[in-house]
Amino acid sequence: MTQHFVLTSQPLDERAVAALLDRDGAGAVVTFVGHVRAHSRGRDVTKLEYEAYPEMVEGVFKQIADEIHARGGVIDVAIHHRVGTLEVGEVSVVVAVSAAHRSPAFDACRYAIDRLKQIAPIWKKEHSPDGAVWVEDRP
Amino acid sequence: MRVTVRLFAAHREAAGTSTYVADLPDGATVSDAYAHVCASFPKIAHRAGSTAFALNRTHVSGDAPLNESDEVAILPPVAGG
Repeated sequence: MTQHFVLTSQPLDERAVAALLDRDGAGAVVTFVGHVRAHSRGRDVTKLEYEAYPEMVEGVFKQIADEIHARGGVIDVAIHHRVGTLEVGEVSVVVAVSAAHRSPAFDACRYAIDRLKQIAPIWKKEHSPDGAVWVEDRP
Repeated sequence: MRVTVRLFAAHREAAGTSTYVADLPDGATVSDAYAHVCASFPKIAHRAGSTAFALNRTHVSGDAPLNESDEVAILPPVAGG
């Protein structure tokens, strides 16, 4: 069984996520890889602590993929997200999309990561030398 | 009726627990469960505009009715990605 929608405490491998995709008829695969930044909103970040609602989050990833398929033009979607403590530079999220053509692949990948940030029940605590805060802004 | 309430992130830290059971009157809604949370854990500020809810692991609005043994999740502003 393929694991298209995954929440994991293990390090993410973007190539492994992209390799899950059905590529029958695909002319394009677009992968988005989110990394932990060393700076955020003027603060030095030492690490991020991700928390999720694990029993719900994979269903939300599937819902996002269903929304993408309803828009049409895409062959397959996979979304993996990390939880736990991440160091600067580590991968927090991978979204991969296959499609016949590049334009719907780019659009769907963008839609998926934007939608994930909007509705996925995931939170992050930003640790810096000044202390730790739960991030609540929605870029 | 008794429902299980799940708390996350800042709410979980303020409450000192990630889950608890709330005893609510028949006819109670998700918003009533949220009010119960804020009354039970005064460190959690009631912020109706920026708090979302899930009922049995599906997003719902505050007026969704509750049933015995439901799982209600109080979702502070999310920050995945």
